[in-house]
Amino acid sequence: DIDDVGHKYYLELELEDVLDKDRTVSCTAEVLYHLGSKTSAPDVQLTVQGELRSTEEADKEFYNRIRSLEKELVAENIPDSHGNVPPELEPIHLLAWVASGYVIWQNSTENTKFHLAQVKHVKQVKRNDEDLQFDFVLLLHEMVSQEVLPWEVTLLWHPQRGARVPQS
Amino acid sequence: DQVLHIVPETIQQVQHLQLLCSTFMLDLWKPLLPEDIRDGEDLHIRVPAPLVQEMKDSLVQHMISYRVLIPDVQKLVDQSMPRERSSHRQVSGDYVYTEYHPMEEIYQWMTQIQKNNSELVTQHILGKTFENRTMYYLQISQPSNKTKKIIWMDCGIHAREWISPAFCQWFVKEILQNYKTDPKISRFLQNLDFYVLPVLNIDGYIYSWEEDRLWRKSRSPYENGTCYGTDLNRNFNSSWGSVGVSFNCSSDVFCGSGPESEPETRAVAQFIKSKKSDILCYLTIHSYGQLILTPYGSTTKPPSNNEELMQVAKEAAAALKGKYGTSYRVGSTASILYSNSGSSRDWAHTIGIPLSYTFELRDTGTHGFVLPADQIQPTCEETM
Repeated sequence: DIDDVGHKYYLELELEDVLDKDRTVSCTAEVLYHLGSKTSAPDVQLTVQGELRSTEEADKEFYNRIRSLEKELVAENIPDSHGNVPPELEPIHLLAWVASGYVIWQNSTENTKFHLAQVKHVKQVKRNDEDLQFDFVLLLHEMVSQEVLPWEVTLLWHPQRGARVPQS
Repeated sequence: DQVLHIVPETIQQVQHLQLLCSTFMLDLWKPLLPEDIRDGEDLHIRVPAPLVQEMKDSLVQHMISYRVLIPDVQKLVDQSMPRERSSHRQVSGDYVYTEYHPMEEIYQWMTQIQKNNSELVTQHILGKTFENRTMYYLQISQPSNKTKKIIWMDCGIHAREWISPAFCQWFVKEILQNYKTDPKISRFLQNLDFYVLPVLNIDGYIYSWEEDRLWRKSRSPYENGTCYGTDLNRNFNSSWGSVGVSFNCSSDVFCGSGPESEPETRAVAQFIKSKKSDILCYLTIHSYGQLILTPYGSTTKPPSNNEELMQVAKEAAAALKGKYGTSYRVGSTASILYSNSGSSRDWAHTIGIPLSYTFELRDTGTHGFVLPADQIQPTCEETM
């Protein structure tokens, strides 16, 4: 407890690589939930101890594949009702997870527990610069209220620069 | 048929293997052609079942070491087919337990199960849903002259938790397939009856197939038909309406207009009340979270038999983990999840059923409610 400021949590985490289950990386984090404020996201500081696997080749291949599409990519319901994701949409699914991380961070309090339930809709938007842009409609499940709510979020991604959510 | 892995060490071994391939017309998986077989390089050969022993004898005779890469090729083929021909034919035709099924098929399955196992299974009417669909439960009971205690299990109280009805169906299949040969199951049935309700919230389940995969509640209308559905697991008469609920119909935890306001709730409650002195254990199956939850949700004050409840639950979690390493946490809803009132599990305990548990099956959020069908088998196997 930090008087007049909020509650600070010190965490030791182990990250597991979703695509390579035996690979783990340790991290430490500090999370500060501001007192009373429901409109500001918690402050997060993260230190990664160790190295993340290089995904340069797969990133490049995905980037080139999307850039060379004639029509902009559009997809719905990832995964489908039975939990399936077609292999060519798996990277989009992963980017949706990243985008959901941003939304969850922005909307979390000490009394919420969010998970990405499903990607309702994704639309690629072609850009003049080098970034890929995906406009998502994500369904987030909140455990305490049991609500599943749609969230619109735009994600920009570049193979070297990584992912970011543009400030509108 | 088996696939053998061989690494030939000498030219003589290579030549012998090439000879075997051409003599028996073996199916080379790696490399493609016999002439590409090299010493020091991996060889994968599929050997038809009738030739397996002869092949292995020949390898041993020529001091060629091998390893069985695939012990049963057909089994692997069957597993990778979408429409799997289940070998559980004698239990209920060729129902595929590793897929999710719409309600129509589950109704048909119940009829078949009773037909094919009439010495043990009877199908009974529990009541009707709001949209007037019949709720059936299956009674698995070995004829005997003693009255037996009952274990009740219901699945699918929340529409989107598809793995739950899948588990109830799997459970029934496992019991019926193995009661003659598995001593544990056979002992269970000597002393206990199983009552299984495969889908409690039928209207909601159908709605999640046809309209909204992530629907949770029932489909009864409120506010002049502008809003639908009660959370059936907030609708039971256990501290109803006190905590962890909403009185607003548009909420996913809307507890209804009063305790047992919903026909589905009443159907279950009436039946359980009528049998309560014989019911030893009440189980209700949900997803997701990987939890075994004990009473209560509405208060952190522990139930009178908390030690026993926790002990049994901890043993269950340990047994579950032993199968595939899946971790389940154990504890009361109020202490490890959130506060809620009106749950069926709490109600069952308050009317006197000693062992009352909520299971939250796989996973912990990666797929959540939309658990891929290929996880049905491991989830069900570990939960058994």
